[in-house]
Amino acid sequence: MLSLAAHQGVSIAEQNTEDRPLAIRGLTVSYGQKPAVFSVDMTVQPGAMTAIIGPNGAGKSTLLKAALGIVKPLSGQVSVFGAPLEKQRARIAYVPQRASVDWDFPTRVIDVVLMGLSRQLGLLGRIRGRHMARAMECLNRVGMHDFANRQIGQLSGGQQQRVFLARALAQDADLYLLDEPFAGVDAATEKAIIGVLKSLKQDGKTVVVVHHDLATVTDYFDHVFLINTRKVAEGPVADAFTAETLQSAYGGRLATAQIDQISRALG
Amino acid sequence: MLWDALTLQLGYNATLVAIGATLLGISAGVTGTFLFLRKRALVSDAISHATLPGVCIGFMLLVALGGDGRNLLGLLAGSAASAWVGLLCMNWLTRHTRLAEDAAIGAVLSVFFGFGIVLLTVIQTMGVGRQAGLEGFLLGSTAGMLWTDALIIALGGAATLLLVMIIRRPMTMVAFDPEYAAAQGLPVHRIDLAMMGLVMAVTVVGLKIVGLILIVALLIIPPVTARFWSQRSERVVLLAGLAGGLAGYLGAALSASAPNLPTGPIIVLVSFGFFALSLLFAPVRGVLAAVLRHLRFQRRVHIRQGLLALAQGQQIYEPLTLRLLRRSGLVRADGVATDTGKARAAKALRDEKRWEVVRSDLAHEATAALYDGLRDIETVLTRDQIAEIDRQIGGPQGVPA
Repeated sequence: MLSLAAHQGVSIAEQNTEDRPLAIRGLTVSYGQKPAVFSVDMTVQPGAMTAIIGPNGAGKSTLLKAALGIVKPLSGQVSVFGAPLEKQRARIAYVPQRASVDWDFPTRVIDVVLMGLSRQLGLLGRIRGRHMARAMECLNRVGMHDFANRQIGQLSGGQQQRVFLARALAQDADLYLLDEPFAGVDAATEKAIIGVLKSLKQDGKTVVVVHHDLATVTDYFDHVFLINTRKVAEGPVADAFTAETLQSAYGGRLATAQIDQISRALG
Repeated sequence: MLWDALTLQLGYNATLVAIGATLLGISAGVTGTFLFLRKRALVSDAISHATLPGVCIGFMLLVALGGDGRNLLGLLAGSAASAWVGLLCMNWLTRHTRLAEDAAIGAVLSVFFGFGIVLLTVIQTMGVGRQAGLEGFLLGSTAGMLWTDALIIALGGAATLLLVMIIRRPMTMVAFDPEYAAAQGLPVHRIDLAMMGLVMAVTVVGLKIVGLILIVALLIIPPVTARFWSQRSERVVLLAGLAGGLAGYLGAALSASAPNLPTGPIIVLVSFGFFALSLLFAPVRGVLAAVLRHLRFQRRVHIRQGLLALAQGQQIYEPLTLRLLRRSGLVRADGVATDTGKARAAKALRDEKRWEVVRSDLAHEATAALYDGLRDIETVLTRDQIAEIDRQIGGPQGVPA
């Protein structure tokens, strides 16, 4: 059952990976001698909302960072919409983990969102009214327009996360990669973020999210990618998010009760 | 005398030094800000110490080739070359070994400086009189500054400043969020290297005036000073340039106004003066402001708690609370609420209920973020909004908003 799901994922992928939003082949990333991600293939379906799921230290964030070229892989290829990553930078937006930056940095909310327009602005381009309007529009989408002129250090964790999402929205990309956007945020933020992600999907954008909350997978996502250093399963939620694949990805780390609960939720 | 110095009327040399020091201060302050924002301020210390071997080798080469060993351009080229080697060593150690940056800085700084001192000693034995005050590069020496020296410093400083302004946006992005910058396709390592290269340029330009040991002060102190006054990086950059330039100008003038005052160290001390003033008196981040804020906050907390206690008919035991309430005319000497006190207490209780509504309603999120248990609600909501909230809570109307 498990191997079947995995094989299906690969066979779908191999039919036409050419123009897929994100296609990863044989990716291995290692910090030191222990691979964090080993020989992973991944094909993201266009217009889908995909969750990357796995236990702590399974290489979820590393996979995302390697897909973006932030960490250098030992081997493997990444293609974005059928072309090398470097050619498609403008079409990818990234939302890093909130904890990855210093929130005492001297900058305002609006300035952070304007960073999403840096490719458009170029090195010396002046920030004009239309850029400000665009940034405000993105803040509005995440419900943070009233915070535009606040110092970023004054925000709550959930608000910081929404500012990061607004910055990604400003890029007007086709593929959105988010690293744990729901980690440690309040319910209001979770609702706001999932609303934005669903509207992106409606606009035909592709969304990939590193996700840790197994209970919400079926509500939020239509595709999953299970990883524990190696790929465990990949495909539509109904096929790849099962008691067997979870058992395989998490091993003994997931209580039987949890798995039962998820199985029941899945029907 | 000081006035003459400040108005550049103290002679040719003093004027050259003042102009040079001002330009150096501006470019060091501006460039240093990016290093500071990237949290790599100490890198500048390693870079500056790594210039010494280059100065010495430059001198030896110039003499060996039959030239004037004191040619500033030649010496600066030498110092730039060895600082660049030091920079690359540090970069390599940090990126390709398990050494953390602080250890790499320590290693590069001490080894290069030690080697430089050895070369300096060798030069001193080479021929007395010809070593031409190379040790002046340690702490700066402006006594014999020439017009060409000043020109080199001015042009070098201006060129550095221009380059910094061109790549300021990518440098800010990398400083704030290097991973996002990388995901946007910015070459993070090359931007870092460019930033450190610019710091190196400032260091080399500043050798003549403040020397390699003290240039760090001009790179770090102005940004730290500026950070006290602004929460926006672009303003921190401008203010750091201003603080650096002013320190350079005042320091040079001060040292020219009396005999035997060393220029570099005086500039650093003036810069420190600005820092100390900012540390104490800056409006939001300064020490004094923080103390006052704390005291004011404590006072408001006590009054608020006291009012809520009055409204609910509870006894107040805390002496500070009672004293504050009494001083504001809210309770009488015997601890019984005055009329004003009663009104304020009723309003405080009402405001608590109103805030409860605000905080549970997502539409008021930005307002709710301002909640600190103290703020009067009418300072953040309009009269209509408060009336709407009052309709929701019901209860006694007519409590003043």
